[in-house]
Amino acid sequence: MALDILQEKGVPLDKQVFTWKDLVRRPYSKLDDDAFTRVCVIYMNGIMADALRTKHAFARMNRELREPLAMIRRLEQYEQTLINWLNPPDQTPLETTLGFEQVAIEVTASVALREPDPYLAQTYRFGLLEDFDHLYRYSALYDRLEGKDPNTITQSYTDIIPGRPTSVEHRHPVDDLRRPYDKRTAHPLTKLHAMSITASENQTHDYYMTVGPFFSDPVARQLYAEIASIEEQHTSMYESLLDPGESMLERWLLHEAMEVYNFYSCVAFEKNPRIKEIWQRFLDYELGQLHYVKEIFQRVEKRDAAEVLPSTLPEPIGFKEHRDFVRKTLNQEEDMASNGQDYVRMADLPRDHRSYIWRDQLNSDGSPSETVAAGYKWIPGTELAARTPRMGSTFEGKKVH
Amino acid sequence: MKTTTSDMGRNRTGVATSPIDSADIIQEAEKHQPSHLGDGSLLLQVRQLYARESEGLGSVPPPASLKGVAKTAVDALKGSKPTVFIDKLGERLAFERSGTRLYEGALAKFDVYGGWEGGPTREGLEKIYNDELSHFLMLTEALKSLGADPTAVTPSAEVTAVVSQGLPMLIADPRANLRQSLEALLVAELTDNACWEMLIELARDLGHDTLADRFQLALDSEGQHLLWVRGWLAAGVSEEARGAPAGEKRAGTQPRV
Ligand SMILES: [Fe+2]
Ligand SMILES: [Fe+2]
Ligand SMILES: [Fe+2]
Ligand SMILES: [Fe+2]
Ligand SMILES: [Fe+2]
Repeated sequence: MALDILQEKGVPLDKQVFTWKDLVRRPYSKLDDDAFTRVCVIYMNGIMADALRTKHAFARMNRELREPLAMIRRLEQYEQTLINWLNPPDQTPLETTLGFEQVAIEVTASVALREPDPYLAQTYRFGLLEDFDHLYRYSALYDRLEGKDPNTITQSYTDIIPGRPTSVEHRHPVDDLRRPYDKRTAHPLTKLHAMSITASENQTHDYYMTVGPFFSDPVARQLYAEIASIEEQHTSMYESLLDPGESMLERWLLHEAMEVYNFYSCVAFEKNPRIKEIWQRFLDYELGQLHYVKEIFQRVEKRDAAEVLPSTLPEPIGFKEHRDFVRKTLNQEEDMASNGQDYVRMADLPRDHRSYIWRDQLNSDGSPSETVAAGYKWIPGTELAARTPRMGSTFEGKKVH
Repeated sequence: MKTTTSDMGRNRTGVATSPIDSADIIQEAEKHQPSHLGDGSLLLQVRQLYARESEGLGSVPPPASLKGVAKTAVDALKGSKPTVFIDKLGERLAFERSGTRLYEGALAKFDVYGGWEGGPTREGLEKIYNDELSHFLMLTEALKSLGADPTAVTPSAEVTAVVSQGLPMLIADPRANLRQSLEALLVAELTDNACWEMLIELARDLGHDTLADRFQLALDSEGQHLLWVRGWLAAGVSEEARGAPAGEKRAGTQPRV
C-alpha cells in the first residue's frame, strides 16, 4: 500500500471541519482495546502537539508565514483534541504514563531497527534503554502505591524489567547533544524518524510536568520530577539530530510529511474500526495540509518540493512488541554513556567527568527511582501476589493469622 | 454500548489474554534482579520523612461574625475547642452538597437506563435528592448560627472531598450505567450514615443539644437512603446474574431505545 504523497492530494483545508460533538467522542476502552490502540493515541497526540509547538515557534520568528501557519495550526489543534480526548476518563495519569513509556519503547524500537544512519540508530537504542527503565520504575510505583498490576496496561507486549537505571541517566546538558543529520545527504526516512521521536519525547516531558503535581505520595512526586528531567534530556538529545540548516519552510514541509507518515502508520495498524476511521480521516487531512504547504514552499523557495520530500512513504511504523530487539540491546548496550556527541562505555568515563558530577549532585539527597523500585520484581497480579503464599489461604477454610 | 454491565467480551487486561507472550515476559522478569536492594518500605520511609516536615492541609477560618468571635471566646474559657465542631460541620455541608449533585446525575441516568424490579424509582431518587439538598441548607444555617462562614472549605471538608473524588467521576461517566452508578451512591450513603452519627455524638458532647436533635432527623433519613440504595443495587445485580434475557428486564444496564 505504498502511498505517493506528491500525487495524493487529500482533503483541502476548507473541507477540514469539526464540531464539539465530533471532537469529543466515545473514548477507547481501557479494558477491552488493544494496548497498541492506546499507544497510537498517546503517540499521535504527541505528534500533533509538536505540530503546534513547531509552528508557534515559526510564527514567533517569521512575519510572512504567520497567516498560513495560523490556518494550519488551528486545524491541527482540533485534530490533537479529537485524538487526546480518546483517552478514557477511568485511565489515571499513572496508567497513561505507563502508556507513554510503552510508546517510547516500542515506537523507538521500531525506528531504531529501520533507521538507515548508524549514528542515529545508536542514538535511538541509547534513549530506548532509558525509557525501558522508566516503565519498570513507574510500574513499581503503580504496584506499590495503588496495589495494581502494570501489565494490565501494557498487556504482555513489553518486558517490565530494569533497563539502564534511571539514576545513572542524569547527564551534563552538553552530553545530551548529538551530531545532526545532513539535510543534503540524509535519507528522507532519517528526517521523518528524528522529527517523530523528538515530538513524542517532548510531549512525554510536558505530560509528566503537568501530572506530576497531582500525586500525593512524595516519592511519586519525586519520581515524576526525576523522569521529567530525563525526558527533557531526551528531547534535547533527539532534537539535536535535526539539521539546523533546514529553512523554516523546509522543516515545515517535512513536518507535514512526518504527520502524514505517522497517520499512515496508524491506519496500517489499527484494528478497531471506530479508531481506524479517525486515522484515515486525519491522514487525508494531513495530505491536504502537506499540499498547501508544498505550494507555499515552491513559491517562496523557488524549488521543487520533490527535492525535499520522499515520493512514496517508507514502511509504516511497527506498532507491535520488540522484545527480542530490546533484550539484545539491553544486553549489549546497557552500560553506554555519552561524552559530548560520542558514545562510550560508562567505565571509560573518568570519575571526575562533568556528567558524573551532575548526576552525583542530583542523587546526593536520595534517588527516587532507586527508592521506588528497591527490590522490585514484576509478577502477574502485583508483588503482593508473591507475598500471599506465606499467608496460607482462607479459601481452604483455614484460619490464617 | 450494546453490552450490559458484565457481559463477556474482549477484555485484554489479564495475562490469560496472551498465554505465549505472558509466559515469555514472566520468565524474563524472573531472570532479572532488581537494580537496587530493599523493598517497598523505602517508599514509605520517604513518605514518613515528608510527613514529619508537613504543616497539614490547612486551617479552619476565623469566625465570620462578632457573634462567632464571642462564642469562640466563651468556648475557649470553658476549655473546649470550637474549631473542631466548625471543621466537622463544614465537612458534612460539603458532602451533602456534593451528594445532591450525585443524585442529580443518577436521575439523568435513570431517564436513559430506566429502573428494574426492586430497583430505583424516579420518586425514590428525587426523595433522596431533596433530602441531601435540605441537609445542605440545614448545615448552612447551623454554621451561621455559630457565627461561622458556611462557604469556607474546612480541612475536614477537603479530606472528605479527596476521599470521595471517584464518586462524581463515576456518576458523570456516561459509560457507567445506572446499576454501576449505584455503587457510588452506596459509598456515599455509608459515609453519610457513619458521619452523621459521629457528628451527633460530637454535638451532644459539646452541649449543642438543639443542633443534635435536628441532626438526628437527618440521620433518620440517611438510614432510609442506605436501605434503599443497597436494596436497589442488590436487586439489580441478582437480576443480571439470573441472566434476564432481554427487554425491560435488562433495564438499568442498557440504554432504553
Ligand atoms: Fe521515559
Ligand atoms: Fe524518553
Ligand atoms: Fe499538519
Ligand atoms: Fe446525605
Ligand atoms: Fe443520603
